[in-house]
Amino acid sequence: MIEVRNISKTFGKNRVLDDISILFEKGKTNLVIGKSGSGKTVLLKSLVGLHEVDKGMILFDERDFTSMNFKQRKSLRKEFGMLFQGAALFDSYTVEENVKYPLDMFTEISYAEKLERVNFCLHRVDMDKTNALYPAELSGGMKKRVGIARAIALNPIYLFCDEPNSGLDPQTAIRIDKLIKNITEEFDITTIVNTHDMNSVMEIGDKVVFIFEGLKCWEGTKHEILKADNRYLNDFVFATNLTKTLKKVQAKKEK
Amino acid sequence: MRLFYHLGRYYILISKVFAKPERYKMYYRQTLRELELQGINSIGIVVIISIFVGAVITIQTNYNIENPLLPRYLIGVGVRDMLLLEFSSTMVALILAGKVGSSISSELGTMRITEQIDALEIMGVNSASFLILPKIIATMLFFPLLTIISLFVGMGGGYLTALITNVSTPQEFIYGLQYGFYPHYFTYALQKMVVFAFLITTISAYHGYYAEGSSLEVGKSSTRAVVQSCIFILMFNLILTKLILD
Ligand SMILES: Nc1ncnc2c1ncn2[C@@H]1O[C@H](COP(=O)(O)OP(=O)(O)OP(=O)(O)O)[C@@H](O)[C@H]1O
Ligand SMILES: [Mg+2]
Repeated sequence: MIEVRNISKTFGKNRVLDDISILFEKGKTNLVIGKSGSGKTVLLKSLVGLHEVDKGMILFDERDFTSMNFKQRKSLRKEFGMLFQGAALFDSYTVEENVKYPLDMFTEISYAEKLERVNFCLHRVDMDKTNALYPAELSGGMKKRVGIARAIALNPIYLFCDEPNSGLDPQTAIRIDKLIKNITEEFDITTIVNTHDMNSVMEIGDKVVFIFEGLKCWEGTKHEILKADNRYLNDFVFATNLTKTLKKVQAKKEK
Repeated sequence: MRLFYHLGRYYILISKVFAKPERYKMYYRQTLRELELQGINSIGIVVIISIFVGAVITIQTNYNIENPLLPRYLIGVGVRDMLLLEFSSTMVALILAGKVGSSISSELGTMRITEQIDALEIMGVNSASFLILPKIIATMLFFPLLTIISLFVGMGGGYLTALITNVSTPQEFIYGLQYGFYPHYFTYALQKMVVFAFLITTISAYHGYYAEGSSLEVGKSSTRAVVQSCIFILMFNLILTKLILD
């Protein structure tokens, strides 16, 4: 469980996060949605300490991250797994070395055990037999999947995914979404996913938080989101013709 | 004011770099990689340039001692001392600033803007130390070796030129190379190179590590890295010469 209490973040005069409080629940995929530039990435990076917040508190299962020093943060971060918007695989390492890296750095297990773990993680994301490839040889979707494999290598307790399916075709996108949801439920971890994709919301949104211009504008579940009467949320949710038509059909049915 | 900002941030980066490594084996592996990347891959360019410079110094020294009263072996002396005092340390360092400096800063810059450095930090790795310390160790170990290589190859180039152009006999040239040799010059050259290696690597790493924005910025920061490395090499050349030779 991750609890965010009244955090704010400004860059110069640009107020990106404005007094946001959210409770991200354990064993659920928590979605943060909002249009491009609304502050999703900044929120995620603030949670993990890549940005310092100006005020507010971030608690990881009651442990106050904001008041920790460098060393304490480092040790807490061993419980984090993060998938970046651009996957952020290490260019000079192969797929195998990428996934093995956290194991090399933080575990004492033997090479054979590491390899077994790497292969398990790669299998989990459907990337068997790609061990010897370099990131430059992978497609965007494959990179993201390897990124997920690397993020789960050390059995994280908290998983952060920044737009895991942006720029992917709908089928691959859904596959990655489902993968994240399965991992979350299987290992009972706290997962936060940034997205602006309504498909993902309807697919895996156990809990959804809508960010608008740095404010938390709405929160609820995927079932509630279609019936919500928040204007900004509706503009966001029903931005495409497909969703608009769906809504009309739904309305007709109800009559 | 900007200067103090950069100096402060440089100092913070360096103190992060010299924190205790969390896993020696990984650092060791990374250092070997850097030895190859920054060191062994630079031998070629150092050899080529040194041959030519040795040759040119031979010809130029010959012009300057046309006077029949001056002994021919002075050409050998001139080649040796020029290489030893300036070329094989300072000039080679300037060349390496171009080659190694730009590669370090663009590598780190790319890692920064593609969030690879963030990825390391998130895992709980001290990214500055893991990425930069092996480079510093590798260059400080290997660059002095490049100075020695440059010295010998440069003298070889001079010797060949002396033979081909007949400006002095091989015996005279070799005699000149040995004549009045101060071993102190040799340590002076190596000491300078160790300092230059540190400057090139840390300045370039600084610019790469703190790159922000797009790939355009990475290019710009690597240009800045090379220019500033060169300026600092020349400044420290002056300071070290005063300190060591006086
Ligand atoms: N490092 C930074 N320095 C200054 N401003 C920043 C920085 N990072 C983000 N911003 C600003 O914060 C705002 C929110 O950016 P953010 O990246 O969080 O958007 P986002 O919701 O993730 O968008 P997208 O869906 O396009 O990824 C933007 O206005 C951006 O200009
Ligand atoms: Mg984003």
